[in-house]
This record gives sequence, C-alpha cells and structure tokens, in this order.
Amino acid sequence: MESFLFQLFIFLAAAAIAVPIAKKLGLGSVLGYLIAGIIIGPFGLSLIADIEEVMHFTEFGVVMMLFLVGLELKPSLLWEMRTPILGMGGMQVLFSSIIITGIALIFLPWQQAVAVGLILSLSSTAIVLQTLREKGLMNTSPGRSIFSVLLFQDLAVIPMLAVLPFLATIAIHDDGHYASVLFDISSLPQYMQIIVILLSILSIFFLGKFASRPIFRIIAATRVREIFVAAALALVVGISILMTSVGLSPALGTFLAGVVLADSEYRHELESDIEPFKGLLLGIFFISIGASLNFILIGEKILLIAGLTAALIGFKWLVLVVTGSIFKMEKKERSLFAIALAQGGEFAFVLFQFSRTNGVLPNQTIEPLISAVAISMFLTPFLFLAYEKFSSSAQGDEESRRDSDIIDHTGHKVILAGFGRLGTDLGRFLISAGIKPVIIDYDADNVDVLKKFGFEVYYGDITRLDLLEAAGAAEAELLIIAIGDIEKSRKLVELAGKHYPHLKIAANASDRTSAHELMDLGITQIRRETFGSALALGQDALKLLGFDPYEAHKLMRIFRKKDEDTMPELHKMRHKDKKSYISMYQKHSEDLEKLMALDLNLDMEEIDKAWTAANTEK
Amino acid sequence: MNKILIIFAHPTKTRSKINSALRAAVEDLENVTINDLYSNYPDFLIDIKREQSLCEEHDVIIFQHPLYWYSPPSIIKEWLDLVLEHGWAYGSKGKALEGKIFLQAITAGGDDSTYQKDGCNIFTIGELTSPYCAMANLCNMNWLPPFAVLGIHQGLSEDEVKFHAEEYRRAVIALRDGTLDIEKAKHGQYLNSDLNSIIRRL
Repeated sequence: MESFLFQLFIFLAAAAIAVPIAKKLGLGSVLGYLIAGIIIGPFGLSLIADIEEVMHFTEFGVVMMLFLVGLELKPSLLWEMRTPILGMGGMQVLFSSIIITGIALIFLPWQQAVAVGLILSLSSTAIVLQTLREKGLMNTSPGRSIFSVLLFQDLAVIPMLAVLPFLATIAIHDDGHYASVLFDISSLPQYMQIIVILLSILSIFFLGKFASRPIFRIIAATRVREIFVAAALALVVGISILMTSVGLSPALGTFLAGVVLADSEYRHELESDIEPFKGLLLGIFFISIGASLNFILIGEKILLIAGLTAALIGFKWLVLVVTGSIFKMEKKERSLFAIALAQGGEFAFVLFQFSRTNGVLPNQTIEPLISAVAISMFLTPFLFLAYEKFSSSAQGDEESRRDSDIIDHTGHKVILAGFGRLGTDLGRFLISAGIKPVIIDYDADNVDVLKKFGFEVYYGDITRLDLLEAAGAAEAELLIIAIGDIEKSRKLVELAGKHYPHLKIAANASDRTSAHELMDLGITQIRRETFGSALALGQDALKLLGFDPYEAHKLMRIFRKKDEDTMPELHKMRHKDKKSYISMYQKHSEDLEKLMALDLNLDMEEIDKAWTAANTEK
Repeated sequence: MNKILIIFAHPTKTRSKINSALRAAVEDLENVTINDLYSNYPDFLIDIKREQSLCEEHDVIIFQHPLYWYSPPSIIKEWLDLVLEHGWAYGSKGKALEGKIFLQAITAGGDDSTYQKDGCNIFTIGELTSPYCAMANLCNMNWLPPFAVLGIHQGLSEDEVKFHAEEYRRAVIALRDGTLDIEKAKHGQYLNSDLNSIIRRL
C-alpha cells in the first residue's frame, strides 16, 4: 500500500512540477508529461518501478477518452462529418498502411509487414487532441479535418483488433492479458460466441438509449455528486469489462456507449465527471511513455531507430500532404494537417502489445518500433511549435482574414444557464432567431419534461467549473444566466469571470437587490425578471382604462427608460446608508411622475400656436 | 357602393379637436373602415399582410393625418415603406391598388396664405404632398387633391370645426356612393375647395 502511494506520489508530483514548467515555456502539457516521465524513469532518476504495469493500467485513460469522444459525437454530427471522416481518414489510413507495409516487406514476412503497416498508420489521438485543444484549434477547419482523421483511426482500431490475430505466425503464449474476467466465451461454440458478442453490443445500445435515463434521473435526484461520479465510472468500467470478456476492444464499447449517450440530457454531467479521471490517467499514461523510452536500446541501435522515426514521420507526412491536396485544403491548413498527424499513436502501444500476445510480431521487431513511435510522439509537440514559428513569420497579415472566416464558420456559441420559467421562453426565442444555445438546468424532472418537448437540455450544476467547461465555455461567446437564485448567479458570474474572461454575460436578476449585487460584480447586461411583464401588464391596464394605445406604449417606454437610467445612481447609493437610498428612490419616483404627467398633458394646440407665432414674427 | 378605408394616423389624437371631430363624423358610416395606425401598432411593428388585405378589400383609400414638418406623422412613412411592396403595389405584377381612389385628408397649422410661394412656408400644399401624388401614380391609383383643413393654429371655433366635419362627411359619403365627379375634382386645388360643384345631386 505504502509503495503504491509512493509511486502515485512520484507520478503526481512529477506531473505537478513538469507540466506548469512546460506550459510556461510554451511547450504544452503533453510534452511536460513526457519530459517528467523521462526524468523519473529508469534512465533518469529511476524513481518508478513497474512502468509496463502502470502503462497498462493507464491505457484505460484512452478508453475513457474514447467514451468522451463518443459523447461529443451525436449520431447526426457523425453523419454530417461522414465525408471528411471516411474520405480523409480512410485515405490516410489506407495509404499509410500500404506504404509502410511495402517498406516493411523488405525486412519482414508479409503477415508481419501488414501488421506493422496497420499499426503504424495510426496517429496519437491523445497528444494531438490535447494539443489542438490547448492551442484553441479544435473548431478551426484544419482542426476539424484532423479530428475526422483521428476519429476514423479510432474506429479503424476495432477491425484491426479483429484482423490482427489472423496474421499470427508465432506460437501464442497467452499471458492472460485479454483473458475473460467473468466467464470464458471461447469455451462456447462459435455461433454462440457471435450471439454473445451481438447481445453485449445490443445491451450497450439498450443501456444507453433506454435504461440510463431513469437510472441517472434517480441518481441526480439524490443531488449527491459523488454518486453520479460513481455511476459514470461504473458505466465506463463496466462496459470495458463486458467488452473485454467477449473479446472486443473496450475502446469500441465505450465509444459506442458515448455516441448512444450523446443525445442524453446527462451528457455534460457525464463528460465533466469522467474528464478529470481521463485527464489524470492520460497524464500518467504520457509519463509512462516518457519513462518507457528505452535509452539503452536506443543507444545501441541509434541509427536504426532514428531511421525508423524519420521514415515514419516522413512517409506519414507525405501521405497527409497528398490527402490534404486531394481534399483541396489551403496551403497553410494542409501543413498543419500534415504535421499534426505524422506521428505514431498510443494505440500502437496497445496494438503492439496485442500482436505480441497473439503471436503476430516477435519482440525484436516490436522493441525498436515502439521506441520509434514513442520518439515520434515525443517530437509532435515540437513539430507544432515549429509549425507555429514558421507560419506566424511567413504569413502575418493573412491571419486576421482567416480568423473572421473561422468565426463565420462556427456561428454563435451561447450557453443558457437555467431553463425554468424564464429560461424556457428565452430559449424558445433564441432558437427561433436561429441561435442554438447549450442549455443547462439542475432540475432533473424539469429537464425530463422539456426534453420531451424537443428542447436540447442538459442536466447539471452549471456553477461547477468542470460542467461549465463541458458545456463549452472555453469556446462560447456568450453566457446567459437565467437562474432565479442570486447566490448561484453570483457564483457562476465569479467562476466565469475568473476562468473565461472572454465570455460576455447577460444576466437575469430576480429583483432590484439582486440586480445591484450583479452590478457589484461588473455585469452590465442585467434584466430584472418581472420588470418586463410588470410594465407590459401596466400598459394593458392603461389601455383597458381607455388610454390611447400609443400613449400607453409611450408612457411605458418612458418609465422603463427612466427606471433603467436611475439604476446606476441607485446602485451607487446602495452602499451608503439606507435612508439616503430611500430618499433618492423617492426623488426619482417623483421626477418620473412629473415627467409622465408632462407628456400626458402636453397641449398640442398651445405648442402649435407658439410655433406658428415664432415663425410668422420673423 | 364603394368601400372606404380610412388610414388614420395621429400620435396624440385625444388632444386634437379637429382630427377627433373629422373622424367622429365618418366613423359610423356604413362601408367605412377606420384603421388607426398608432393604436394598432404602438410599437410600429406593422402587420404587412393585414394592411395589404385591408387595401385589397376597399375601393377608396384615405390617409387622414395632421401635417407635421410638412409631412405626415412618421408611422405613415413606415406604413408606405413596408406595405407597398414591389410585386404587390407596383412593378409589372403589382396591380393590387390599380384603379383605387387615393385621397389625403390633411389638417395643418398655417392657413392657405402661408402655403404659397411668397408665404412663410414657401410651398403650396399641392407641392408638399407631391410625393403622395407620385406614389399614387406609380401604383396606378386614381389620385384626388387633398381634403385640407388649414389654419388650425389660429384656433378653430366650435362652428368652424363642425363645418369641416360636416364637409368631410359629405365628401366621404359622395365617394362611397359614387356621386363625386372624380374628373372634375382632380382639377381643384383642394377636394373641399367647393364641394357643391363636384358632388352630383341625385
């Protein structure tokens, strides 16, 4: 136990020290983790023992990441992106595999060459997505292309896992890696195995589509956050176990579950609950990659590994450039696209491991290849840096034009916090104006009802930073606060101001005091919840009393304008004593009455006469 | 019997004696529809479809309004800008208003002498309302010179108000019943310059 805690401490401390330094130096967190790994690894300070074990455990971070990727991909979005995914992704994987296989054929038997080709065609989802996100490139058009290719690769892993065992040429020594956990389905007859596999996939679909909602609702109703986290983790871990026991990839299972749940109102809550675990596991995974760099081997075969790395990056880069040109990317876009995806990926570790246990590839082939993949991953953040240096010096003034293009492309991103009485109409209004906000509400029953009406509402506590993040605060343009509880609104405003200072905020205040509190926080767009309806009703009342409708409308507008104008003044007074606040309030009310009376009693004829008199006199 | 649409625009009508009187004089007439723009659209959000079908349903369209700064109140301009759509009011396919009678019923502060070349307003009412004549022309409408009540800034006596209201009622009835000599009326300066000469007696 103590040694476990000590190991954990080493990992966490290394991350905590290395990542901020790397970020400070503009290297990105991934590079920070990798360097931390090298430092604490067997060839650095030698502080950690069983890297293989750690890496194997933290591979689970990749499974979680795929769950999260699935969550972000609604079936409809997946369908929309089918061309880049299948086209670019398919072309990249196919061509890279063929070329690498072709080269490997010189040295290896064909089965092994095919396996190496397939495995090395993959890029690093973890490093690339993390880096893109950090650099804010996810929603740009090269960002989307890169994501499409990565997604295709993630999907391609699944058939690869299925195909690889057929390429086996070496006697298998099963080390129990993929042995079943619950029961051994290989003892069943073949047709039963297929039925079991189909049933388990169906059960994921069923669980996600039908069973998850009532379960999550019950859990949400408890309002105990840990339970939701526990349920979310149980879901992901459970699916992984199920998949492993029927011989499928856990990544496939969780990805599938993610896609099925992408339409669920609990999506953002799930995302924000799994995210930290994924982040931590992936971080440690990166550290273990850094630590696993076998410097002795690299030292011994420096030329071979350097050659392999250069060839790997070079040929993949070439394929990507060609793919980019075929899909008519601009030059700048294409160079980012090619540089981002030219490395080997973490799936290579998984698949190499898998090939070893299935007797596809011998150890002496795998060892240098794994080193080459790890080095290529290690080099990726540097390639990004080089790209940035190069592109910013080469094209300075083109930048602004491109930026506005991108904004135009992504549209407005709005988060609507609170979907109660106020939020519902507000949301309807925005939707009818063509703006689709991400709507978050913390009342599970309410969410359920509105969901039935066809609103895209998510369950969750928006005053939590992780949920705000999951709702897309980093990329959003505007946050609308339609929460009645001023305490929550204040918390949200503070949170958003601290972490997302770029976010514009428009807020609802339940009354005048709340409005003042929000003004204290520097919010300028504030609407008092009942003010608008009060004035509208007042206007109706005047009309029913026989006021001219236009007059009633005008009086309402005068009142609204004046009242809004006096808000800042009253706000200033609020911090003085109550007495002067009240007297100020009364003074303003009197002024207002006078003003409105003036408007009502204006004698048009008098004015007309005066006007004519003035004119005719001259 | 012609159907008459009175498009009425006065932002403070409760305080205008003459406009209230004119309106009251025709309000109860059969086949006369009053469309009060400021009351119907206090926020200026004009319902284009409704206005267009109102126009289509009537044969005579009267714009009744005061003259502010030599123009109708702003909502009339808004109405024209929105309702008179291409393809509806004008253009090769815009025949909706074709042949309908167009009339303005105007109240203005200065008297007739001020609306002369050498008067303090330097233009005649005919010149000042010429955009509306042009509009009627473009929409193939049958334009009539305005029904004008001038000099209200000097203050109209009760009798004068009553007289103008009665004249207005007579003109509207004549337009409705087809007893107004349109061709003859076109040549007058104002429709109400000499009503007796243009209304045929039955």
